[in-house]
Amino acid sequence: MAQKYLMKGNEAIAEAAIRAGCKLFFGYPITPQTELSEYMAKNMPKREGLSLQAESEVAAINMVLGASAAGARVMTSTSGPGISLKSEGISYIVGSDLPCVIVNVQRGGPGLGGIQPAQSDYNQATKALGHGDMHLIVLAPASVQEMATLTGEAFDLADIYRTPVMLLADGALGQMMEPVDFEEKPHRALPKKDWACTGHGGSRKHNIVNSLYIEPEVLEKTVVDRFKKYEQIEQNEVKYEEYLTEDAEIIIVAYGITSRIAKTAVRNAREKGIKAGLFRPITLYPFPEKQLDALADKENIKTFLSVEMNMGQMVKDVKLAISCKKDVYHFGRTGGVIPTPDEILTNIEKYVGGAK
Amino acid sequence: MVVFDKPKALTETPFHYCPGCTHGIVHRLVAEAIDGLGLEDNTIGIAPVGCSVFAYNYFNCDMIEAPHGRAPAVATGVKRADPSKTVFTYQGDGDLAAIGTAETVHAGARGENITIIFINNCIYGMTGGQMAPTSLIGQVTTTTPYGRDPNLQGSPLRICEMLSTIDGVAYAERVSVDNVKNVLATKKAIKKAFEIQQKKIGLSIIEVLSTCPTNWGLSPTKATEWLRENMIPYYPLGVYKDKTKEEGEQK
Amino acid sequence: MNKVTFKSDLCKGCGLCVEACPKKIVLLDEKEINAKGYHPAHIIDMDKCIACAMCAIMCPDVVIKVEKGDK
Repeated sequence: MAQKYLMKGNEAIAEAAIRAGCKLFFGYPITPQTELSEYMAKNMPKREGLSLQAESEVAAINMVLGASAAGARVMTSTSGPGISLKSEGISYIVGSDLPCVIVNVQRGGPGLGGIQPAQSDYNQATKALGHGDMHLIVLAPASVQEMATLTGEAFDLADIYRTPVMLLADGALGQMMEPVDFEEKPHRALPKKDWACTGHGGSRKHNIVNSLYIEPEVLEKTVVDRFKKYEQIEQNEVKYEEYLTEDAEIIIVAYGITSRIAKTAVRNAREKGIKAGLFRPITLYPFPEKQLDALADKENIKTFLSVEMNMGQMVKDVKLAISCKKDVYHFGRTGGVIPTPDEILTNIEKYVGGAK
Repeated sequence: MVVFDKPKALTETPFHYCPGCTHGIVHRLVAEAIDGLGLEDNTIGIAPVGCSVFAYNYFNCDMIEAPHGRAPAVATGVKRADPSKTVFTYQGDGDLAAIGTAETVHAGARGENITIIFINNCIYGMTGGQMAPTSLIGQVTTTTPYGRDPNLQGSPLRICEMLSTIDGVAYAERVSVDNVKNVLATKKAIKKAFEIQQKKIGLSIIEVLSTCPTNWGLSPTKATEWLRENMIPYYPLGVYKDKTKEEGEQK
Repeated sequence: MNKVTFKSDLCKGCGLCVEACPKKIVLLDEKEINAKGYHPAHIIDMDKCIACAMCAIMCPDVVIKVEKGDK
């Protein structure tokens, strides 16, 4: 049985990253993820890695671009305002087909917002992380253990598909402490980084890492090719968890910390005789559309309730995934307010059985 | 006996620059320095956004295209990933002194062992001749059609002087490519900058006063005259920081 | 004799080499137009060339190759 440690979510990500071979970390202090940077600052020097506090979030993402272009496993982490700053850099990283891991430990927004947990960056993460036609893989952990496990997977996914991967966490997961193990998982086959800028050594043509293609037909082709990659990701990398969905009449859709509160609400609903079930997306991109659609096809399932710590972002993706076959509602709190199991139960009772 | 030929570190791709644009001269000098020091195999260059955005097509070493102004941060990522590599950035005045000021200053503050080639032609070339942070007072550009007015648009930045105050900057020299003598001095300075990088004593930056005949509205030769008469008095040539000298030739 | 070769198709007729030549033997060839539409630079009197390479040093397009002949 693997050794367990009691750690904060933020620290678990950092430890997992180091064990996954992350050699460089570029960050900037921002609540509620600062512990991640500090853990890196303390531990990287002891583990033959580098942790550097950049002068800004903008600089940090560009350092990530450089290190990734040079073939290294590299990570940065921040919260919502920092992701906004990183937007251009992320678009360049996607356009240059570079691998890296980007952590967003969400807080209340918009603007300076607040420092308590939120999930109001869902749209940004899945739809608007940077200009241009682009996606990046978005993983949503729901426990300190998943903060660690998904970080390890993120580095592999990034290298396999030559794409940035985002770990979309929230302040609650970042700050809470739970037992976590760092048991090594089976490695996936990784392609060679023969495209990297490591100095050609006189033995190959020089490599160019670039996102500029001035001829429209050429640019179109690179984007179309990149979308073929996304098709593969959508086919092969969807991850989700179902809880009591088989005989349910109402499905709660929730991810991250909200999914745990929702699980309690589902259990409480069952005790009251309501056949509630929980569908937990673990990958927000690729979104588990087929799986949700399959649930919507079941006769016994009449209603979907998306619960999120925002004003209603994932709910639209749920509607689209099931082509509005069944009723879909949203319940959420925002600004850093965390919903209680009772609040969710009230909404389950409100919406079960269809339109009210 | 060949006395002068194309350096090996330049590709065969013809430069797209305007006639008489001194980017071509400086690209060649950078390539000559890379050849002279035998660095090509282990060099990575970072291209900017600006007229020289296609620099990645002109050098035979590995090249990375950076977002506007961020080349020193990208270079930091590359150099920290493998400090044994030689890393240089090639940037214009908008890239380095406008949007990229923070990245430039902090790469210097951290003493990154990279070399910055800074092309200062007092104007934004690629986008059609707008004011640069280094445009001179009274200079007419498309965004200062009545001449740069310090009350409206502030005064030009002297980058070498600014950076020389930073401990992590090991070498800062301003040169010019307006005539043969100065081009040869620029060649020497660029080579020195790469040598400084090998010494691992901090950031090296060579500010090259350059021409933009097209957007200055002058012929290539008249442009070199304009540089001499207007730019050099405001941006004096010389070494502004040299850590290799015990008592530096500080200005 | 010293030998200077011009890759005429690369020349943009900027004239920096004309200005730089101390012997004033580099000119733009008004009788020629290259593929880019410029009058390319050339040397009118190779005998006077001292292989100083100042033309090549100023050329922004790596047009010029300079070879020193044996005396």
